[in-house]
Amino acid sequence: MMEQNVLVRMEGVKQHFTVKKARGRAATLYAVDGVDLSIGRGETLGLVGESGCGKSTLGKTLLRLYPLTAGTITFDGEDISHLKGSALRRFRCQSQMIFQDPSSCLNPRRQIAQILTEPFVIHKLYTPEQRKDKILELCDRVGLSHSYLERYPHELSGGQKQRVGIARALALEPKLIVCDEPVSALDVSIQAQVINLLDDLQKQLNLTYLFISHNLSVVEHCCRRIGVMYLGRIVELSPAGALYAAPLHPYTQALISAVPTIGVSGREPMVLTGDLPSPTAPPTGCAFHTRCPYATDRCRTETPLLREAESGHWVACHLDSIFTRP
Amino acid sequence: MSELLEIKNLNVRFTGGGRETEVISDLSLSVGHRETLGIVGESGSGKSVTSLAVMRLLSPATSRVKGQILLDGRDLLGLSQREMESVRGNRVAMIFQEPMTSLNPIHPVGRQIAESVLLHSKATKKEAMARALELLALCGIPDPEQRMKEYPHQLSGGMRQRVMIAIALACDPELLIADEPTTALDVTIQAQILELMKAIKRDRDMSILMITHDLGIVYDFCDRVAVVYTGELVECAPAALLFQSPLHPYTQGLIAALPRLGQSADRLEAIEGMVPDAGNMPQGCHFHPRCKYATDRCRSEHPPLTARPDGRQVRCFRAEELK
Repeated sequence: MMEQNVLVRMEGVKQHFTVKKARGRAATLYAVDGVDLSIGRGETLGLVGESGCGKSTLGKTLLRLYPLTAGTITFDGEDISHLKGSALRRFRCQSQMIFQDPSSCLNPRRQIAQILTEPFVIHKLYTPEQRKDKILELCDRVGLSHSYLERYPHELSGGQKQRVGIARALALEPKLIVCDEPVSALDVSIQAQVINLLDDLQKQLNLTYLFISHNLSVVEHCCRRIGVMYLGRIVELSPAGALYAAPLHPYTQALISAVPTIGVSGREPMVLTGDLPSPTAPPTGCAFHTRCPYATDRCRTETPLLREAESGHWVACHLDSIFTRP
Repeated sequence: MSELLEIKNLNVRFTGGGRETEVISDLSLSVGHRETLGIVGESGSGKSVTSLAVMRLLSPATSRVKGQILLDGRDLLGLSQREMESVRGNRVAMIFQEPMTSLNPIHPVGRQIAESVLLHSKATKKEAMARALELLALCGIPDPEQRMKEYPHQLSGGMRQRVMIAIALACDPELLIADEPTTALDVTIQAQILELMKAIKRDRDMSILMITHDLGIVYDFCDRVAVVYTGELVECAPAALLFQSPLHPYTQGLIAALPRLGQSADRLEAIEGMVPDAGNMPQGCHFHPRCKYATDRCRSEHPPLTARPDGRQVRCFRAEELK
């Protein structure tokens, strides 16, 4: 990707946490363990993986909501890995987040108008009159009736609450929005409305999205490129179409075959045995070897690095057959 | 063919705050022997309430249930508490969405499985524990002797759901009600659980009533599908036919609104608007405010559920012309 088209570049990003285990012993949780990723301007990059694979942590790390353990993050040409104080606050104006559960991310004791004004208050922007105009404009953008402004979150339906969450994220006119499972809590019919809204907003405002979801179908629909995460690492990174048509990593293959899809019947799903290993004690070598049907001795000892199998299609696996496919 | 479960004109009203709200109106459904019926609908459509009504788990203090729920011809609504207890867990068992909240956190899981064996048979405690071990192994739990002694918090989400299934199977029920059994699980674990349920159904000649909001699961898992909207049945058909040619505009909308893997569309066709409040139903067809085909008749007159010659049922005035 051309350097000026890159909005975000992450290099060797690690995010470790110290957690307390039984009897007060401390353990390190390797939530994100060495991720290299770049996101282009106006692009939607999808991140999929099962719960506990570190996809939400990666999103929050990118927004500098945690102190970075290791690696560098460059945003719009500027190194933001260790920003502090007012510089960090300026960065926050340009990057926002939409959360999964709209009920728990809106203050239940504030009216919608207050919730939407808060970003302006925090960043000391605009006069009170201008703020009012801005809020009305935001409501129009996300398709929220002005009459909701004086209501409280509990008076709104799930879809409307998510629209408020989106409006709040748009308030400061950010360049990047991290969408963390934005439609997982919504019903199918409402889910489609919100996906279409995010799509329209991206076109109108030239937004860049990092779209995090466990739902492969939603990610495939929304994103141009998709990264598959497993236990804190990216195991496959590919254009959306290629990922579905020809998944290369055994984990991606299992993930895709596990999704029940209308119109696809008689399939033999590749059912993985066992659960995700604990991120406090990740397996040696390839983290997936404990569940992989093709694991060899090499997989158990040596961690595979991302390699380019086809143009733009990267995969971290020792299996040679992946790379020699016609 | 005689049906295993027949729900006839079920009507559920929630009472509270001096008001009565109708949440299920005139719902009729049947589940045949060895059949899997899926009930799909969005949140608030009354699909879970239906399953709770079948199990008689709705409190009479806050709800009023009318109609008939026939299990092998016997009306469950007319049974005494004690008679119902011998049906529950024994002939009809249930799996819930969130296994963590359904399992008892302070007892080892082995004991919880043995509990229903002890309750419904004359087995000794030792026999019941042996049966529990057998069930855990059947449900694909590795190292069952060890897991028997563990508490729910020590198990992963998928393991807990397997324990729930083991409890449900303890007394060889004829009907298994699964209320969103995989919604809280990851896709790879979901695939494991669905495969397990398919295998069990095959081996034990069970019927399953599957409640879900995921149309993909219905396509994959169910023989017949009932689509519910605002507490009413709007369409009921064999699964293959329903997905091939949905008759009701709501079903059509649901199927079109779903992004599908490998069949990407530029834009999803969303159903505009939202589900109306239970206390504030629109006149006429409940779906008309969101329906693109609504006519004046739809706005004023409530459409009846019509049975078609091919056995499908649909609640829409314009189903024939829109087909």
